[in-house]
Amino acid sequence: MKERKGLIIGSVILIIIFIGMLIKGEPSKNIMVWIAAILTLSIYSFLYRDNIFYKFAEHLFVGVSVGYSVSVVYQNAFIRRVFDPLFITRTYIVEGQFHILPFLAVVIPTLIGLLMVSVFTKRQAWLIRIPIAFVVGSYAGMSISPSFQANIFEQTRSTLHIALSISSFIMIFGVITTLVYFFFSKEHKGFLGRTANVGIWFIMIAFGASFGYTVMARISLLIGRMNFLLYDWLGVIK
Amino acid sequence: MRRQIPLILTFLTGIAIFIAFFIPHKPFNEVQDILLDWAIIIAGFALLLGIHSLLRKHITHIKKKDGGWGYSLILTFFFVGVFTVGIFSAIQYKGYSLTPGSLLYFVYDYMVIPLSATMFALLAFFIASAAYRAFRARRLNATLLLIAAVVVMLGRVPIMENAFFNFLSRFSDWFMFIPQMAAKRGILIGVALGAFAMSLRIILGIERTYLQ
Repeated sequence: MKERKGLIIGSVILIIIFIGMLIKGEPSKNIMVWIAAILTLSIYSFLYRDNIFYKFAEHLFVGVSVGYSVSVVYQNAFIRRVFDPLFITRTYIVEGQFHILPFLAVVIPTLIGLLMVSVFTKRQAWLIRIPIAFVVGSYAGMSISPSFQANIFEQTRSTLHIALSISSFIMIFGVITTLVYFFFSKEHKGFLGRTANVGIWFIMIAFGASFGYTVMARISLLIGRMNFLLYDWLGVIK
Repeated sequence: MRRQIPLILTFLTGIAIFIAFFIPHKPFNEVQDILLDWAIIIAGFALLLGIHSLLRKHITHIKKKDGGWGYSLILTFFFVGVFTVGIFSAIQYKGYSLTPGSLLYFVYDYMVIPLSATMFALLAFFIASAAYRAFRARRLNATLLLIAAVVVMLGRVPIMENAFFNFLSRFSDWFMFIPQMAAKRGILIGVALGAFAMSLRIILGIERTYLQ
């Protein structure tokens, strides 16, 4: 009962503020801005509790995002790499001559990819392992060199860029102790345990700093949405 | 045969791409380019399974008129609608549907961006309540977490212009570049070593869970 009373009072206050803003400001005349504003408010209604407005906006968001992502992948994978070379530019025909290699370079991955559909059959479902194996193998092969180059060589080189300063010492000390914390082949006891403990402190500092950074990024997005509501939609801010 | 063929395929593709890193000359670099192109095409087909799974779940909801079937209808409608817009734009702009002025660009600009920004902005409130629970300075580790977060937050957006906040701003930058970066580097090196070990296990056929 108390909750309902609070909800009614809260809603009335919000409606009064909204009407006041509509009268005082210059509301947008663009229908798309109104739709975007209503969807924004629907999503923020989740701050009270899960409700039909939020669920509507959430499902719309999922539908739009998936539809968008699928069409982008469809375009990158199929239109540019399969449909276009096979039927539009015909890369396999050079000076009127048919060349088998460019033709196979498009047809083979398409056929391997089509094996994904075999999962819908009962007896040939194992064939899906072939495209999966191909993708897993290529990404495994691809991930070795960049991870070595960017994450091991480059990070070690930057760490060992020693200068006579406290910062430089903290950097080297922090990297070594953090690495020691992730060394699980020996029990963290004695000297190793104490070093790993210092590693945890560094990790905590890093997580705290990342958390603070993320909070600021989210707040910045919130300011952006508020700006949209008050400037673009209601025209209260000028 | 049902396991051997995929294992051999994984080994061959993994090794071919790995070798090209050390011998960046013909024909290895060409083979690498072709294989990576193939991987993009093949991974694209995996999307079909995803779409099938999503649509099957929601269409079943709609057919059975389960609780909340209307939401499934909204999701399906907007998915099909935006996908159709994507295909239409791709045909119209010859494979470059995100060209400014296209219908898909309009969907991206007026729907995808504002909706995702609002969703992520909503997290600002929940992240604040999570911070309240996580940052209670009961132990040294939690205290360090709290100090680091407060220093970074206040340093990024100084409340006022004075000597203290100027110092805090510079201290926040130092915090991000030195202690934060030290731990991050340690984590990155550890992750890279783990990724390297896992990739080798996959290529050599020791790790086979993806075949189950």
